[in-house]
Amino acid sequence: MSATRARLRKTPLGLLIVVAFFLLGAIGPWIAPYDPLAIDLLHEYQAPSAAHWLGTGDNGIDILSALLHGARLAAIVGVVVVGVSVTLGTAVGTWAGYYGRLPDHVVTGIADLVQAFPAIVLNIAVLALVAKPGLLHLIIALAVNGWVLYARLARAETLSLREREFVEAARALGMPAHQVMRRHVVPNLLGPLVIQATTGLGVVILAESTLSFLGLGPGKAVSWGALLDQGTSVLLRFPHVALFSGGAIALTVLGFNLMGDWLRDRLDPRLR
Amino acid sequence: MSPGLLRYLAGRLARALLTVIGLVTIVFLLVRLIPGDPVEAILGDQAGPEEKAELRRALNLDRPASEQYLSFLGDMADGTMGTSFRQADRSVWSLMRDVLPYTLVLALAALLVAWLVAVPLGAIAAARAGQGWDRAASAAAVLGLAIPNIWLGPLLILAFGVKLRWLPLPGDDLAGPEALILPAITIGTALAAVLTRQTRAAMIDVLSQQYISAARARGVPSVPLLLRHALRNALLPVMTIGAAQLGALLSGTVVTEKIFERPGLGTLFLDAFFARDIPVVQGCVLVIAVIYVGVNLVVDLAYGVVDPRVRLS
Repeated sequence: MSATRARLRKTPLGLLIVVAFFLLGAIGPWIAPYDPLAIDLLHEYQAPSAAHWLGTGDNGIDILSALLHGARLAAIVGVVVVGVSVTLGTAVGTWAGYYGRLPDHVVTGIADLVQAFPAIVLNIAVLALVAKPGLLHLIIALAVNGWVLYARLARAETLSLREREFVEAARALGMPAHQVMRRHVVPNLLGPLVIQATTGLGVVILAESTLSFLGLGPGKAVSWGALLDQGTSVLLRFPHVALFSGGAIALTVLGFNLMGDWLRDRLDPRLR
Repeated sequence: MSPGLLRYLAGRLARALLTVIGLVTIVFLLVRLIPGDPVEAILGDQAGPEEKAELRRALNLDRPASEQYLSFLGDMADGTMGTSFRQADRSVWSLMRDVLPYTLVLALAALLVAWLVAVPLGAIAAARAGQGWDRAASAAAVLGLAIPNIWLGPLLILAFGVKLRWLPLPGDDLAGPEALILPAITIGTALAAVLTRQTRAAMIDVLSQQYISAARARGVPSVPLLLRHALRNALLPVMTIGAAQLGALLSGTVVTEKIFERPGLGTLFLDAFFARDIPVVQGCVLVIAVIYVGVNLVVDLAYGVVDPRVRLS
């Protein structure tokens, strides 16, 4: 396994995929050849051709255009959910780890309760709170359990950092707690957090796809998961819809996983 | 039983009970906050006000929230979990009892698939660490983790159902065990990837122990050495179903039941969600959460009994 890792270290395939994903998320809707919602009933479920490189789907929509628009949705959901989760999780986890006692019990207790639901069941339960789930609701639903991972990580690292000499020294010099945390604890958390967040992006993008696949995604937006759902319902006759939309999800998740492994090898000194 | 062990068991049980009560309350609150009137969802907008009021009374929705909470707790405690909005003659538990076996069998089959793949693969990878087998196992694990089950399911159907025609398609007869194979692989693949890595790591750890070198020096042949001396000890930590894996297993059944059009807890849950059948939604969330908490409790207790070090922390 270490040999594979060594090879991956030289060719960061994950980095290539991740960069391509964000680039397409940024410019995708502009370079898309068709409107992904344009109805063209004469050309429904056509196999890939010169006019439609990846074929057409339900109502004759152009799959390539839908995937390019879906990349933007996946990127937005991924970045916002992970951003909110990392910020919230780090703040709460550092606080719990630094002060211990009651804050620690409260945070750990809530984290345990959140994790007592399988993630997807909790997401669905939260989405059930609104009649017509939109993008914002999806983001909230995913952030509700997203923060826990980062809070646990920040808490664990803070627990050990708290006992280190430089933190003790800062405290002994009379530095207020919030400054000790901001200047001496949080900067030392960044490495592990970045590694976790990279893998976390893949997890969130997959979760968004899964919820959309189950029919719980944001109504109007074009989503990879919703496209895969359509593709699965016509799988036996028109497999290309499911193949391409699912392939986009799988490739993106693979990219973030590889990128996370690669970063871990580079940033985590314990593995050298 | 020693007093320390008893105290550990009691504490762990109390915590699990608290978690379940917390979950019950959260489920109640979450579900009351669902917008959209269930009465209108059931009767449609054509119904007259009297008809609506009657159903509202029948469903206890006209009573104050505190009363609803108490009767909800009563329903949970007596095991019926209330009555379905859509099928007034069925208790929620009886609906779940009908489909639960499908989900449990599917989850166990997925676990079995994961085990059958992961243990040999992980053991071989560890025995040949750094060589071709190891690298192949590692690459397989990376792919297994990256491939989403929402895509793997359709791919398997295309390959084994449509092209090769070896296995039944979604919607076909569920009677035979062959209808379980593809759904179980769909869920089990990611699990197998995680378990392969764990088995490999545990095996490498065990193989570096002195008693292995001692056995080797005594001339124990390599296959019995691997199987009897190393693997048996390496499997103990791998045996535990981690919380994350159990979550993946349960989430996996929701997705897989949809792909393969199988009955089960996930299908019941999603149907009830879209129909706003509130008692069934809360029953499903609760049962899934209780399974989750319960399995974690059993695993923790087993560990506490087997390994005294766990009790101290």
